[in-house]
Amino acid sequence: MIAEAGLAALWLAAALALLQLGAAIAGPRVGDVRAVAVPTAVAQGVLTLFAFAMLIWLFVRTDLSVELVAANSHSMKPFIYRFSGAWGNHEGSMLLWVTVLAVAGAGLALVERRLPPETMRATLGAQAALALGFFGFLLIASNPFARLYPAPAEGQGLNPLLQDPGLAFHPPTLYLGYVGLSVAFSLAVGALITREVGPALARAMRPWVLGAWVLLTLGITAGSYWAYYELGWGGWWFWDPVENASLMPWLAATALLHSVNVLAARGGLRSWTIMLAVVAFSMSMVGTFLVRSGILTSVHSFAVDPERGSFILGLLVLYVGGALALFAARVGTVREGARFELVSREGALVANNLLLTVLLGVVFVGTLYPIFVEAATGDKISVGPPYFNAVSGPITLVLALLLFIGPLLNWRRDRRPNLRRIALPLVVTVLALAATFLADMSLLARLGLAFAAGLAVASLLPLAGRNLRRTPLATWGMVISHLGVAVALAGAASDTAFTRETLAAARPGEVLSVGPWSVRLAGVDPVAGPNWTAVEGHLVATRGGTTIRLDPQSRTFSDPPTETSEAAIRTLFDGQLYTVLGHREGERWQLRLWWKPFVTLIWLGGALIALGGALALVGRWWRGRRQRRSEEAFA
Amino acid sequence: MTRKLLLALPLLVFVLFVGAALWRLADPPSSTVASKLVGKPVPPFALKPALPTKPGFGAADLAGGQPRLVNLFASWCVPCIAEAPVLAELKARGVAIDGIAIRDTAPDITRFLSEQGDGYARIGADPNGQAQIALGASGVPESFIVDGRGIIRYHHIGAVMPQDVPEVMAEWEKVR
Amino acid sequence: MKPAPKHQRLVLVILAVAALIGAALLAMWGLSDRAAYFRTPQDIAAGRAQVGEPIRLGGMVKQGSIVRQPDGVSIAFVVTDGPADVPVRYRGIVPDLFKEGGGVVAEGRLERGNTFVADTILAKHDERYMPPQMGNIQAERQTRKTVAQ
Repeated sequence: MIAEAGLAALWLAAALALLQLGAAIAGPRVGDVRAVAVPTAVAQGVLTLFAFAMLIWLFVRTDLSVELVAANSHSMKPFIYRFSGAWGNHEGSMLLWVTVLAVAGAGLALVERRLPPETMRATLGAQAALALGFFGFLLIASNPFARLYPAPAEGQGLNPLLQDPGLAFHPPTLYLGYVGLSVAFSLAVGALITREVGPALARAMRPWVLGAWVLLTLGITAGSYWAYYELGWGGWWFWDPVENASLMPWLAATALLHSVNVLAARGGLRSWTIMLAVVAFSMSMVGTFLVRSGILTSVHSFAVDPERGSFILGLLVLYVGGALALFAARVGTVREGARFELVSREGALVANNLLLTVLLGVVFVGTLYPIFVEAATGDKISVGPPYFNAVSGPITLVLALLLFIGPLLNWRRDRRPNLRRIALPLVVTVLALAATFLADMSLLARLGLAFAAGLAVASLLPLAGRNLRRTPLATWGMVISHLGVAVALAGAASDTAFTRETLAAARPGEVLSVGPWSVRLAGVDPVAGPNWTAVEGHLVATRGGTTIRLDPQSRTFSDPPTETSEAAIRTLFDGQLYTVLGHREGERWQLRLWWKPFVTLIWLGGALIALGGALALVGRWWRGRRQRRSEEAFA
Repeated sequence: MTRKLLLALPLLVFVLFVGAALWRLADPPSSTVASKLVGKPVPPFALKPALPTKPGFGAADLAGGQPRLVNLFASWCVPCIAEAPVLAELKARGVAIDGIAIRDTAPDITRFLSEQGDGYARIGADPNGQAQIALGASGVPESFIVDGRGIIRYHHIGAVMPQDVPEVMAEWEKVR
Repeated sequence: MKPAPKHQRLVLVILAVAALIGAALLAMWGLSDRAAYFRTPQDIAAGRAQVGEPIRLGGMVKQGSIVRQPDGVSIAFVVTDGPADVPVRYRGIVPDLFKEGGGVVAEGRLERGNTFVADTILAKHDERYMPPQMGNIQAERQTRKTVAQ
């Protein structure tokens, strides 16, 4: 019954989406569009939330008569993974996607009151059309509530790699971000239909972009840390197609975030902002398509699903193709925005946008290049870190350099940019660069460290000479985000420059050294968990007077039978000690040890970037509320 | 004119992407490793009977002059349930089927066959997956068509579904 | 440095085009010598791979070919696809699914003398469509026993 209730809720929500679309198309002729669209949008949000809750309930109860539960869960699984198992699979994650889409649509319908009514009508229509397509995909090609007869005696379990508390909440965060961008997409399409592109649109779009961007930043940061400690390879970004699928919308959203500010504050960059809004959500959908259809397979999978792939591709053609065609046809007739000079805040933001777009372009090309090559020549190739690091490193450094000056420039024109203020960060950069020559490292790492030091100072300069109490929260947000970029850059460069690695086989009692540490293998013992068994190495690491113990494991899961290595990681103030236990070689055990100075700065920086975005979001909301209050008080 | 072209550029890039994606969907990549065995003799293996009521078999028994379809299955495998009626249909159309039960026990196999139907002439027990590895199979279910001389002629990965029947039958007719 | 008003859009358009061309050139430069081609031992035997270029070598680990080196972390083995063999050297912890007779993909470069030096080893053994469930309690017990011993 639970499954049937969930399915019924989905069908009802799909019907309501159709109604909302119809009302938006029919327009004022049939009455007040808002009066129809708002309740239908809210009802869709509630119904999909209900359906999603039903699916979670089925997973928690381990109802094996439902195919999806039988294929992905198991009654002996710990509670939290039965819970998160609901979205750890194709159908469940698509239901989550649709739920977020519907809830975002409801939020838009409820909250947005500043837009011209015609633009709002077109926007609600676009959002309904999006929802309708994904409802169709869910109900026709990915029904999460399908029954299985006869019910099996036991479920098949969840990939052990996914049995991790971090990962349980990683996909929902990313999905909230992806789908939050759908609102920006709908607003852009609505504005293209009515040709009403202006600051009002940007102000309506900004909180959604900001919110989605914060969640994407958090999701990517968390995903990077997950890959770092779970895969046991010591790296923090592998340029896997799945990672790139989340990075591409983030790059587009970052560009959009900056250009939407130009549109809101100055009325400039109209067509560019519209295009970025379309591209950002398109990248979310393309990313989902690439991951879900399996057309970009890694060596670990060859499950191409042509039916589902074709369905999502059809939706992509309809939405992305439609929006881009509308853009090509219409945007030429949008009124031109306010002008500005090249040396100005706008000019710097244009440069930022171009660089981010170039970065997006090279990641996109690299990710899809294997398909193009195989289609053209039949050669199978793979594009990996050597390409992505080589092309993205320099662009990132130029972006960082741009950050020195951009936030200090005035809007519209800056006749005499205050070059004295940028002297301090430049001096810091040069000093840091000189200091890097004390150690041996690659050029990219050298420049990364130097730029990070300079940027850390430069990012704080917009606060210099201001009354900090009266500085708007949005400015604080910008400063903290830019500081976060410097921190993350410092972490990445430090990891590249200073990491020390030792790979060896050791007898119990033997001592290995890695960087400043001496690591003794004290012993190896068997241990067992709820659904796994493992061998656990006991390591005692000493440096000066400090002694720490680490217990890396090599785990064997029984459902499905898979082995994973659980790295043991200890964070200290100046870095991380990262240890992996390998296989047994006679009396010896393989050990892989890393000493990674300041590597944690990477994720700390990511968190700071997200925190800055969150502050800006709260600040803008607070300000808007106060403004509305004072307007009301006037009236 | 250039401006028009520039505005349509994102659309052009997208069209290129769709073209590549369509090509890949229409022509999914095959598993290079698995297909290597097609055209080769069955690697040597010998399996004890999985059930007291049916004989087991080994690689030598597959070169007995008549083609066989060798199906890797297991009672714990959900896709195998979906595959069972299709195997029954193949049997009805004259395909001789031998089964290899992967990491399974006799009581479980008996229960599975009584519930899902039993189209196997012989069933070999592969308790630790050795025949599976020898055959280059990476999962369950998988099926191989072996001709009368013991040469593997066809390899199907995953459950044989109703839409696969024409292809499997065509391969079967080729080796008869 | 103030552009005439009419030229504002033009300047931006030119900048955008320049950025696009820059991106394309950068991508092409990067891809020209950094994309790894997927090769089989037969390809290498036929001379379709150059010494030093990045390659993904796919095939099976030949039976009886794994030789563990005295340092405990290096191995040598042979990747085969039937007609052709390629010797491979690797230093590191191999994945658990890596075994003789199993599928393997090695990323690395070819050295002179056609020995392949792998940076990364990926065992190809996708169990996605056959996750053997853990109701198979016997297998679990065996695992426990083995670990306890």
